[in-house]
Amino acid sequence: MTAPIENLLRQAFPDARELAVLDRTGGGDHFQVTVVSPRFNGLSLIEQHRLVYAALEGPMADGTIHELRITTRGET
Amino acid sequence: MSELREQIRETIEREPVVAFVKGTHEQAYCGNSERAMQALRAVGASFAAVDVLPDPAIRQELSALSNWPTIPQVFVGGELIGGADIVEELAASGELEAKLDEKLGDGWRNGGGERTVAVSERENPLRIVP
Repeated sequence: MTAPIENLLRQAFPDARELAVLDRTGGGDHFQVTVVSPRFNGLSLIEQHRLVYAALEGPMADGTIHELRITTRGET
Repeated sequence: MSELREQIRETIEREPVVAFVKGTHEQAYCGNSERAMQALRAVGASFAAVDVLPDPAIRQELSALSNWPTIPQVFVGGELIGGADIVEELAASGELEAKLDEKLGDGWRNGGGERTVAVSERENPLRIVP
């Protein structure tokens, strides 16, 4: 259930050093995503999370993702 | 700009700390809304809550205004700080207090506690949710 979301994130963050998608409840619609990417360097957390939301706009809009928890980090 | 969006904008600018949540400051109907409010409580910040549940248009207009797709949304001094994940992270790192100091000066520590406010007369913050 996590593969489609992971694929979308890999497309959006091809240089991610760490990328993980966890189905938090086992129900296939509550996810925790973690992305560590140099793309986030210099961006506020708000801007970082906006990029993740944008990458997952499709499954957010169609209800595939009911709840999303996001952890992002840049790289130094 | 729609009248409702204008009322939301006025609420964001008027309230030093405002959390748009599902529920009220006393009863959240969503774990993430509760997490965001708990993060504010953890640093001792007073806040106003706005319940987005009574009218779906509130959420639509808020997201259009803030460019943020989900609820909760926490604003400090008129600026979007984040949703539950970010506010929790900032509270844990000490950056939330720094942001409150930066935006609001010293006053936020001696605020008026917690309350739930309406952005428009279309909603009734005292309604009973089944």
